[in-house]
Amino acid sequence: MSEPDAYEYEHHIVSPKIYVAIFVSLLCLTALTTAASYVEMYVFNVVVALAIAVIKASLVVLFFMHVKYSPKLTKLTILSGLFIFMGLISMTLSDYVSRAWGRW
Amino acid sequence: MSDSTVISEGALAEGHHEHPPYQRHHFESVAQQFDATNFAMWLFLLTEIMFFGGLFMAYLLMRNWYYQAFVEGSHHLSIFWGTSNTAVLITSSFTMAMGVWCAQTRRKAGLVLCLVLTFILGIMFLCIKGIEWHGEWVDHHVPGLRFTDSDFINPALDADVYHEYHDRAMAPDAANKTEMYFFLYFAMTGMHALHMVIGISILVFMIFQATRGAYTEGHFTFVENFGLYWHFVDIIWIFLFPLLYLVSRHA
Repeated sequence: MSEPDAYEYEHHIVSPKIYVAIFVSLLCLTALTTAASYVEMYVFNVVVALAIAVIKASLVVLFFMHVKYSPKLTKLTILSGLFIFMGLISMTLSDYVSRAWGRW
Repeated sequence: MSDSTVISEGALAEGHHEHPPYQRHHFESVAQQFDATNFAMWLFLLTEIMFFGGLFMAYLLMRNWYYQAFVEGSHHLSIFWGTSNTAVLITSSFTMAMGVWCAQTRRKAGLVLCLVLTFILGIMFLCIKGIEWHGEWVDHHVPGLRFTDSDFINPALDADVYHEYHDRAMAPDAANKTEMYFFLYFAMTGMHALHMVIGISILVFMIFQATRGAYTEGHFTFVENFGLYWHFVDIIWIFLFPLLYLVSRHA
């Protein structure tokens, strides 16, 4: 058998240094998003807040949840899940905006 | 002896090589077992995305329909407590990640410490959430149980909020829709808090197991997969926080 022996199996271990770096970045981004909400940016208040949230979530997924070091199957599964979620949102919205009784 | 018996015995002899006690028989290797359980955990988390996704979808739609009510409803939340709770939850995610590292590197004391810290931070999050919910109860902002929209028909009634935001008075039919904002606020933060309570209960079980030496002898899958759940709950809050507290400040 070409596979490594079960006892020699090495799991990828993310180092505490990376965890600390991600932790500090997340705290900074939290401060940034709160500070940004005090600045008048009109429609961009929502855009900036959600962009920062997406960056924070990506950091958590990639490093705290080890997806950066996960097999391709895991990465594909997560991406397809997000894709379907976006599809459901856009289909629901397209239904609401095109109804005669809708509020748009 | 029939041929089929010979074949099955042969297969058994070949397939049943040495492996650690925690490797189930139907897995080829520990690596395969880990990848399979990890994959299953992610499938569960995807169903959770769809579950919370419905609430986010409702929020997106209702905020567009009843914009003024959602904006002025949001002005009654405390950005201070919201930001504090975000920091508490991010810290708990960090201690959980460190707990996974301790389990991987077989540090029993470190793992117990990290799990206890995660537990304390989780309780802290719920306490802060409780303070906020209590405030909404006092202000009559709990839909169905204790709700009045007089704060929105006459914004000057709540002097603190009025001083900060100078909200415009809404007509009764528009002000009435703030109940929808608070309904979604309680549904989303409540569902999130329920996930926290479930996570904290599992943490208690894990702390008990870890003090008896579990997870630090090579088999850390449970800690790792629980970590995925805990981080997922963190991610939900990362989106709830700006949507409920922040985006309407200047609107």
